[in-house]
Amino acid sequence: MYVAVKGGEVAIDNAHSWMSEIRRGDTSIPNISLDQISEQLTLGVDRVMSEGSLYDKDLAALAIKQSRGDLIEAIFLLRAYRTTLTRFSYSKPVNTANMTCLRRISATFKDIPGGQKLGPTFDYTHRLLDFKLLAENEAPISPKKKYNENKMPHVLSFLNQEDLMQNEKDNNLDPIDITREPISYPTSRSARLQALSRGDEGFLLGLAYSTQRGYARNHAFVGELRIGIVDIELYIPELGFEINVAEIILTECETVNQFQGSKIEPPQFTRGYGLVFGQTERKALAMALIDRALRWKELGEDYSGAPAQDEEFVISHCDNIQATGFLEHIKLPHYVDFQSELELIRKIRADAKVNMKR
Amino acid sequence: MIEKRKSWMSLLATSSQSDLLNLWEQKKIKVNYVWLRTPEIGSIMAQGRMGVTGDKFNIGEVTITRCSLKLNCGTIGHSYVQGRSKKKAEISALCDALMQTKMSKEINKNIIIPLEKIKKDNKDKILSKAEATKVDFFTLVRGESD
Repeated sequence: MYVAVKGGEVAIDNAHSWMSEIRRGDTSIPNISLDQISEQLTLGVDRVMSEGSLYDKDLAALAIKQSRGDLIEAIFLLRAYRTTLTRFSYSKPVNTANMTCLRRISATFKDIPGGQKLGPTFDYTHRLLDFKLLAENEAPISPKKKYNENKMPHVLSFLNQEDLMQNEKDNNLDPIDITREPISYPTSRSARLQALSRGDEGFLLGLAYSTQRGYARNHAFVGELRIGIVDIELYIPELGFEINVAEIILTECETVNQFQGSKIEPPQFTRGYGLVFGQTERKALAMALIDRALRWKELGEDYSGAPAQDEEFVISHCDNIQATGFLEHIKLPHYVDFQSELELIRKIRADAKVNMKR
Repeated sequence: MIEKRKSWMSLLATSSQSDLLNLWEQKKIKVNYVWLRTPEIGSIMAQGRMGVTGDKFNIGEVTITRCSLKLNCGTIGHSYVQGRSKKKAEISALCDALMQTKMSKEINKNIIIPLEKIKKDNKDKILSKAEATKVDFFTLVRGESD
């Protein structure tokens, strides 16, 4: 029940004013600039862009600053801004085979055309605090090596050629756009992938982990993980041709999973797919595992009742803005609702006491 | 002509605002024009393919600014550029228009070619650094050999 109540304006204004003061912190310390955030807290910026579902580094940096580093709050700000933008059009599908890769690894094949390139990774570090970073003005320069511009074909395409891998066919279906139409269940893989790509990293990580621990087990190998820059091509109606309108960093993950066979088809490996804005490999990997778990019906697998197989459960709870909106609203005044609960329980207790006396 | 135009428009769209503004302001090019569409900030939805080659799906949006203008000589320039800079969109549309006029040599030399070089250098840096992180495998022989 909602009843309009007035009051609290001054308290709210003063609370926000204090919040702004605290956000600035100790004024003897320089104010943090957006350039510093977008250059030095890159992975935080990438997470905000991916879950905010809007690729714009400057805005993501601003959101992080405004939210005092609370990334879900920053994502909320970016999502809210996103809704104010005019949607010009849809891009052509990105061609990740032409990615300028910073990183490209495969856990299934050692020798791959183009090679295994580790890129700027935390893997193989010892996770020890680096006290050298306490010293200011560190500016390390990493080595370069002569390269040849050979193509880097997707690793799993080799399995495709042998028909060992389920082929992902383009059936020319128009994807659902969950920003334009609400999701209804059962939904399509296109809607699921869009929801997962902007879903909460922590939620996806936990669910993906649950599949590894045996809830909807579908033992995944990382066929390939690549991070790099791709062109975004857009058809320009006033010109009648396409141009590259943007260059963005994407993380793509393809997993190779247990094979399935049936009476009409011999067993094949199947794929889980993750594609996420920015350098976000934990998220892309988790997305691929969950995508694969959610494909149980299409692949003729049993439903084991695992959370990661339940598309309605996964998709309607993976969005951290919906989740936090509903969760946090219970902090706001519910005086009237609670008053009615209170009156009800008093009445029930009074009746119960009378009955007990009888 | 279309291929060339695609190429310079793509370059202008994806170059950094500061690089483009620096090059443009260095040349102090004066042109008169009228707006056909003043700069407008919006977004496009980027799409991917399921499992690389399958059906399309929506990844998320990218901010884009667009505008159109007409030079006094009647040549029309368009721009669709990454980000939210109206200035970048304006200069890009001016360059697009001027590249279709007799000033094309000058614009090409002072703006397009330098932007191409910046782009090539950035790509070269990424690829050469990535190459330095390429794994060279070697196999350790275990057990006794005969």
